[in-house]
Amino acid sequence: MKIHEYQAKQILARFGVTVPRGEVAYTPEEAREVANRLGGTVVVKAQIHAGGRGKAGGVKVVRSAVEAERVADGILGKKLVTAQTGPEGRIVRRLLIEEGLDIAREFYLGLVIDRVAAQPVFMASSEGGVEIEVVAAKHPEKILKEGINPAVGLQPFQARKIAYGLGLDPALVKGAAQFFSSLYQAFRATDASLVEINPFVLTKDGRLLALDAKMNFDDNALFRHKDIRELRDLDEEDPLEVKASNYNLNYIRLDGEVGCMVNGAGLAMATMDIIQYAGGQPANFLDVGGGANEEQVRRGFEIILGDPHVRAVLINIFGGIMRCDIVANGVVAAAKSLGIKVPIVVRLEGTNVELGQKILRESGLSFSVANGMKDAAEKAVAAAKQ
Amino acid sequence: MAILVNEETRLLVQGITGREGMFHTQQAIAYGTRVVAGVTPSKGGTTIDGIPVFNTVREAKDATGANASVIFVPPPFAADAIMEAADAGLPLVVAITEGIPTLDMVSVAQFLAGTQTRLIGPNCPGIISPGKCKIGIMPASIHRPGNVGVISRSGTLTYEAVGQLTALGIGQSTCIGIGGDPIIGTNFVDALKLMNEDEESHGIVIIGEIGGSAEEQAADFIKANVKKPVVGFIAGRTAPPGRRMGHAGAIISGGKGTAADKIAAFQAAGINVAASPALIGETMARALGARAGSAT
Repeated sequence: MKIHEYQAKQILARFGVTVPRGEVAYTPEEAREVANRLGGTVVVKAQIHAGGRGKAGGVKVVRSAVEAERVADGILGKKLVTAQTGPEGRIVRRLLIEEGLDIAREFYLGLVIDRVAAQPVFMASSEGGVEIEVVAAKHPEKILKEGINPAVGLQPFQARKIAYGLGLDPALVKGAAQFFSSLYQAFRATDASLVEINPFVLTKDGRLLALDAKMNFDDNALFRHKDIRELRDLDEEDPLEVKASNYNLNYIRLDGEVGCMVNGAGLAMATMDIIQYAGGQPANFLDVGGGANEEQVRRGFEIILGDPHVRAVLINIFGGIMRCDIVANGVVAAAKSLGIKVPIVVRLEGTNVELGQKILRESGLSFSVANGMKDAAEKAVAAAKQ
Repeated sequence: MAILVNEETRLLVQGITGREGMFHTQQAIAYGTRVVAGVTPSKGGTTIDGIPVFNTVREAKDATGANASVIFVPPPFAADAIMEAADAGLPLVVAITEGIPTLDMVSVAQFLAGTQTRLIGPNCPGIISPGKCKIGIMPASIHRPGNVGVISRSGTLTYEAVGQLTALGIGQSTCIGIGGDPIIGTNFVDALKLMNEDEESHGIVIIGEIGGSAEEQAADFIKANVKKPVVGFIAGRTAPPGRRMGHAGAIISGGKGTAADKIAAFQAAGINVAASPALIGETMARALGARAGSAT
């Protein structure tokens, strides 16, 4: 799960991470009031769940509260297109109004799980404000990495090592180490999957702060973090994906015309791939999971057909725990109740396959029954092109 | 031979009284797996289909001589269950549970280091040596005994590959689902080592997906060590970056873990890459045929 920058900064501040003074604003008037309270130069920052905001015009420095209001009015409610949003962009509904700072140096800080070492890893680089992927590609030697033993956490010597490695003045090292330690505590305590401070800044008056902040959380751990679940912003998510998540379906909307419903993530990805090999484009990823019932199959259909670009639907089920007769019943029920107009290609295999195929045949509806994945993909792509 | 599980395996089921645990226990017994015990805290002393249930894994092991465990415990409690099995000294633990928090698995990985326990999964279909022993949720009917090993990060895509092999008359020695999570027990290289040494496995199918670097490591190992024919497939060529494709581990992040990179690594290691998921069986049939041809 993703959250906004201002929310991440609020969480981090609770763990002792220093962040600039600032408040969220939903209207231009609120932006003016916050700017008044902060005084002096302020920064108006668009809050969307995507990076690249600065270059896209979503971050502006202003010198007065009146100007803050005017700039806020120019951003709020407008579409912001950044390198990460795709061409459709995102509507800006919230702003972070923050004190302006005189910056001396910028750094990068990040915390993620190292899959191979099976432990968290702290990353830091003197190349702040730049995408870390770019640094990793061009100057891998400029990225410092400290693996963290989860039993004891980030040790002070490791935090100091990072601070010295960044070339900080020795007088600043103690404060920096404290900052890094707080950052790790926040990562650990919230079950974050990613914490990124880019840039982490040193101001001209010698303060260390998180100028930007990004936090992603492990979806599997949200059950024990009610406070974080409440930070979810549904405006930032595709409405069909939100609907799918309400029914415990795993749906990701894509650009193509062949909708697909599959059981299992690996097979769902492979089905998307084979649609492409057959000359089409998948409209979505949809994993109905191992133990889906008729109701979920019906909801899955509703969601796939909620995408107006879908011109054919491919159902690919390899029954293991999931029985083909249950899928077939769900498909027939959905086709009848939703009055489906687009062609449907069904490929069933595995547990109770004969029963499933019988249900489809005797439904009185015209399904195209496929033999194997390749045949299914070819039939679905051909149907979508008609 | 097969690897890890066979006729000698004595299985205990953690979470046997749950819906999934009960159903798959029955399936395993029907297949011929020797299920000797169940464990559910506070349900000790009862029986499920004649199988004795114990409060703790250690009691169950001491009473029944169990030497493997399968875990159907819900996600919030699954890490604890894995550690309990390891503490009891079970050599093999297969965790089926999907949705265990990553930081819980970080703790599990720490806990397992230095023990004699091998973990398979979590978030996996399990392991089967056809005709001998089935631990997990895979449909029994698609398998047949034979000489090709299958290692995969995915569940149903493994069934797809196995189904294709069986349809072509190619049986399997052992099929292992290693799991789709970022942190897992047995990884590709661990499983490859075992299959490479297994005389009964004449060829190996390896099925990967986007995310992480496990496939690249597998490719390095195969290039350096494996002389048997290997067929590979990578799912997720069309997956968009930054989106988690169902499996917590299946995500292209920071331009790393793309299908193209992994396919290139496979090809560089001499693996026969199936161009489409529909061709995994045929590609293995050709690879085995070529090997048989060159041997004569």
